[in-house]
Order: sequence, then structure tokens, then C-alpha cells
Amino acid sequence: MSESLTFHFDVDGEDFTSAGQASVQVKKNLRRLGIPPEIIRQVSIAMYEGEINMVIHAGGGEADVIVSEDKIEIILADKGPGIADVNLAMQEGFSTATDSVRSLGFGAGMGLPNMKRYTDEMTIDSVVGEGTTIKMVVNL
Amino acid sequence: MTIGTIKELLEAEVLCGEDCLDADVHSACGSDMMSDVLAYVKDQAVLLTGLVNSQVIRTAEMMDMVCLVFVRGKKPTQEMIDLAADSGMAILATDMRLYEACGKLYVNGLVGNGRKL
Repeated sequence: MSESLTFHFDVDGEDFTSAGQASVQVKKNLRRLGIPPEIIRQVSIAMYEGEINMVIHAGGGEADVIVSEDKIEIILADKGPGIADVNLAMQEGFSTATDSVRSLGFGAGMGLPNMKRYTDEMTIDSVVGEGTTIKMVVNL
Repeated sequence: MTIGTIKELLEAEVLCGEDCLDADVHSACGSDMMSDVLAYVKDQAVLLTGLVNSQVIRTAEMMDMVCLVFVRGKKPTQEMIDLAADSGMAILATDMRLYEACGKLYVNGLVGNGRKL
């Protein structure tokens, strides 16, 4: 695979039920490309956490997954409220999720730390009032 | 332990994946918090939960699980069952509480992953 391959998804922010569809699709696509299972798992968990975050906090957004020869990049961009204190948001257990989100089984404050844990690189670019772009890299 | 044995031990109903009952599983986890499942679970093949929404199925799928057990008499919607069937997962439903269901499986040899934080 000498050229990179990009998968693009619009993540619907209105519907919690459909959240995660993009991640499921990415998982299938990566399987078809013959990517090793452990890498697929890392990518799909990190992306799923990010996708859930976009739906819970930002009213949806866009997701791009770029597969190249030596790495898989996941770029999640939203026009949500932004993250005021990224360091705080990265702390395990810190969450701004509402009780209704918790009742759905999310909002334990593990999303961002988990995304970092499952990827080799992660950068968060966030401006309050404008949105957040998260870029994650898993090396192949 | 096979998924069929889990069905027997938990006196569970099979909602999908009848054809997976002979499949062998080696460890399990129990939680109503999907965030924690995504954060702490590693290589467990079975998830026991009392939470019912489509994200339970997606979480299990992301974690490569092969069997989901709904406890406390919770029943998933047809949409959730279809989603699980699509990804080749078995779904069981039992009237037992989470603690009791996990305990029954554990004493019969289905362990967790033995890790501490």
C-alpha cells in the first residue's frame, strides 16, 4: 500500500443511538485491508470514544481515518463548545457529562485518557466557542 | 466454558446467536458503565450488564466480545438484537442480578483477567 486511503464520515450529533456507526464501519474497513487485529482494536476503541464524545458534547462533527503505509491517523473535528482546560479534561475521572449521559453508561471521565492510552500520538486543538480537533496516530 | 454452559448456569434465554453456543470463552467482565468497559477490559469475551441501549452492543463489538448477557430481566430491543446478530455476537438474557450472575460463572471457572489497576 504505497498511497494513503481516507475514510470520511459525518457524525450525527442528534442521535445517541446511532453514535459509533462510523467506528464500526472503520473496524470493518480495516479488517478488509488486513490490518493486524490488535491495531484494529486500538484504532476502533480510540475512535469510538471520540465519536461518543462528539455526540455527547459537541452536537456531532466529522471524522477522517487515513490509512497509510506506516500509520493510521484518526482526525475528529467538531464545532462544539471547545475544551476550556485540556489538561484537566485529560485527567482520569474528570467529566462534564450530564446525569442523563451517565445513565446511558458513559461519562466516567475515561474517554480522552483512554484515547491517549490506545494510540501512539494524540494532539488536541481546541478553542472555546469554536470547536475541537483531535488527531490521533496509531503506528503500524 | 462454552456459551451454552453460560446459558445453563444462568438459566438464560438465547436472544440471538444460537449457532454460537458451542463457542469457547475464557474470561468475562460485568459492568453497567460502558466507559469503564472501554477503559479497563482487555481480552474478555463476555460482558454481563444491566444497561440496555445500542451502545452496549457497539462497546462489546469494539472490544471483540462474543457474548453479551443482560441481567436483572432486562430485554434488548429488536434493533439491538439485529445489531448484535450482524456482528456475530450471541445475546443471552437472565433474571439473575449482576453480582449473582457473575458469581455463578466465576465459581464455575469463568474468570476475569486477574489484573489490578
